[in-house]
Amino acid sequence: MLHLPVLRRGSPYRSLDVQPLADLRTGQRVAELSLANPGLIARDLTETQAEARSLRDGIRCEELVGICGKAAELFLDGELPAGQRSHGREDYLAHLAATTGMPLAMGRRNMDKIAFVLREMERVLAGLTRDLPLDAIDDGWHEDERMVSFRRTSDLLGAVLPSNSPGVHSLWIPALALKTCLALKPGRQEPWTPMRIAQALLAAGTPPAMLGIYPTSHAGAAEILLRSGRSLLFGDRATVAPWRHDPGVQLHGPGWSKVLFGPDCAARAADHLELVAESVAANGGRSCINASGVWMPSHGHQFGLALAEKLSTIPARALDDPAAALAAQPSAAAAEAVSQFVEQRLAGGRAEDLTARFRDPGAAGRVATVDGSSFLLPTVLYTDDPTHLLAQTELLFPLVTIVEAPTEQLIDHLGETLVLSVISDDPGFQRRFLDDRRVDRLNLGAIPTTRVSWDQPHEGNLFHHLFEQRALQHDLATSAGSPSPR
Amino acid sequence: MSDAAALAAPAGAEAIADARERLDAHVREMVAWHFDRATGCPFWLEYAEGLDFDPRDVIGGYADLHRLGHFQDEWLRGGPIRRWVPQGLAGQPLYVFETGGSTGLPKSRINIRDFQTDYELYSDTLSDESFPPGSDWLMLGPTGPRRLRLAIEHLAQHRGGAAFHVDLDPRWVNKLVRGGRHQEMAAYKEHVIDQALKILRGHDGVRCLFTTPKLLEALCEKVSLVKLGIRGIFCGGTEMNAQFHRFAREELVPGIDFIPTYGNTLMGLACSRPFVAEPEGGGDPDYTITYYPPHPRAIFDLVDPDDPSRTVDYGETGRVMLTTLTREFFMPRFLERDEGEREAPIVAYPWDGVSGLRLFQRFGESVVVGVY
Repeated sequence: MLHLPVLRRGSPYRSLDVQPLADLRTGQRVAELSLANPGLIARDLTETQAEARSLRDGIRCEELVGICGKAAELFLDGELPAGQRSHGREDYLAHLAATTGMPLAMGRRNMDKIAFVLREMERVLAGLTRDLPLDAIDDGWHEDERMVSFRRTSDLLGAVLPSNSPGVHSLWIPALALKTCLALKPGRQEPWTPMRIAQALLAAGTPPAMLGIYPTSHAGAAEILLRSGRSLLFGDRATVAPWRHDPGVQLHGPGWSKVLFGPDCAARAADHLELVAESVAANGGRSCINASGVWMPSHGHQFGLALAEKLSTIPARALDDPAAALAAQPSAAAAEAVSQFVEQRLAGGRAEDLTARFRDPGAAGRVATVDGSSFLLPTVLYTDDPTHLLAQTELLFPLVTIVEAPTEQLIDHLGETLVLSVISDDPGFQRRFLDDRRVDRLNLGAIPTTRVSWDQPHEGNLFHHLFEQRALQHDLATSAGSPSPR
Repeated sequence: MSDAAALAAPAGAEAIADARERLDAHVREMVAWHFDRATGCPFWLEYAEGLDFDPRDVIGGYADLHRLGHFQDEWLRGGPIRRWVPQGLAGQPLYVFETGGSTGLPKSRINIRDFQTDYELYSDTLSDESFPPGSDWLMLGPTGPRRLRLAIEHLAQHRGGAAFHVDLDPRWVNKLVRGGRHQEMAAYKEHVIDQALKILRGHDGVRCLFTTPKLLEALCEKVSLVKLGIRGIFCGGTEMNAQFHRFAREELVPGIDFIPTYGNTLMGLACSRPFVAEPEGGGDPDYTITYYPPHPRAIFDLVDPDDPSRTVDYGETGRVMLTTLTREFFMPRFLERDEGEREAPIVAYPWDGVSGLRLFQRFGESVVVGVY
């Protein structure tokens, strides 16, 4: 049995407390995962924080950027330790598919995203820091025409990670290149990606003590969040709620990303059918940047039908099918439960499932079973009530609600929105969202919500989370090497 | 073979049979006491009136207790509390201990001297080297209406020492955890640990510690308990698994005798199988925690959750069915909120035990331990 250990400051540790990992298709156990007890995590994090300065002093950002570059290729094609075995690319993808339902083809695309971030780390950091020279991180300051200095907010970045999609792991990697130690709690079904990234980074030369991976319980996750000066927390609304007012915890809850048509463009929404379909269904609809709402002041029903017809052509396929575009659900029962959840919300009235009429009459609703896996088929809902519960519903499959209401109502009820694509040619309308605090990433124009620009993080800014600008003056002459201000 | 290894070895058939015989005799004695008008408590005397048999006539041993059905925990919620006082002990000073109570009405159990007896018996299992007679204790765990505070104090006194205490309210902790108020919980933990550190630093006679797993972790972050002179730790109060046991011995308190113990207000104290640090023939130590009840005062059965009349096989998972048989408290066949694996008798405890003790999964509740 493949056993995935805890990674304690770079060293594998086999716990006596293990969690089985099963193949969603067969229910058979494919691996077991060591679970770290909260006290063990506390102990390691305390030790890491005590050594953080010496770890940082021992390496420069430039070296870490180089390490990330090497790690990119190792992550893609290397044979890397996975517990007591060595895993190649295909082993990784097969296990990822088995325990998370991510099709192999989709897994490959996510691998490419992660490798891109590793390979292009210098560009990514330049985007995060707005071109701050890296010696400002190494030395604490940089003086060119003007002095800039940043201080760390934490020696350690904790991250409580999700299982939905591997691409999300590209968010924490830059912290390492910024010389910040890491304590990661992988998602319960998806330890594969953070562990493979970590092994690639270690093989490329990362100081082992900078990396910790702690599969653990809720209590262990809380330990990571409480003890890391800065952390990232991924989870649903209930998971993130207790941490909402903790400035040290950057929340990555549901995205509720949306496409919003302005009054001038709603009648021509069909011109953007491809864009909306991509926003809803790319990556199997599993990302927080997938649109779960299309909000428009008119022509909503008509557009919704066109979208429903288009998305209903996406079939469920076996996970090893190169054309697979949907990810499997954890089980038939789970898929059925999610489908029932949608039905219950529809039963409340003022909403309809536009996809129903395009489904094969012989099919069993929105749940499909292929090759032992259960899938939820793309679903387009419609409501004319922006306060309807379905207007703010996000689920782990391509589900989108067309909300049709007068423009002012749409804007009033927009709600928290991770990515908003505003499709309008009216500059006045576009400007209304520039300082809208409910919106994180703003796309002005015909841009899918899923289009990522790596030099602009879509969710918070890791650099701003880990560093804060400070005033610094000195009367030292700059010498060769690394000047240290008094 | 080390002493611990000898005590942890499988029990012989004769020892098992002797223990069973003692249990049957004890059952007859307890049934006679609790169902006699001169000695029994109002609850059981009234209960007997509803039966079509006299328990004293038909219950000849442990196996016959099924005639009384299963004890219901609802019976312990609410009063009148004196319906549990046996006539044979009337007029003696009464303690009321509570269990649960984070939500709803707590269960209450009366005590006269049981808790002292339980802890005296437990004391006999502690080594004098690790828990030196005459040394003082720090009790760092749930206080308030629980038995634990007085019990640990009695244990310390029984061994010739005194006990220091730090207040801890687990119901407040539960509220903080359930409300996701993690930062407040961390602050409360620090408040508790600060008080413990003051005691440990200010009183150098403290050699023995009672605490819970979480508080032990928190304490060990601040100080080396070895350097402070702690020799033995009696750890309990919340669930512990093999990984925690190993972590405690290897990393938290290496060199200190670490004794995992399972106790509750309804039962008394269950001892853990002696730990064998160096197994014969090499290999890693077995950190599995196996508890043995204070037989014949209390008995565990591991039963099929779907058919509690069936005891599961050794090694099989079952729901814990607890029977408590003392003159103060008669609790036959109570289906606990715990499950675990049935373990075979050993030399030290030639009766059934339970390992992997955890909350009964079918309740689907999360275990809230938080600070404590």
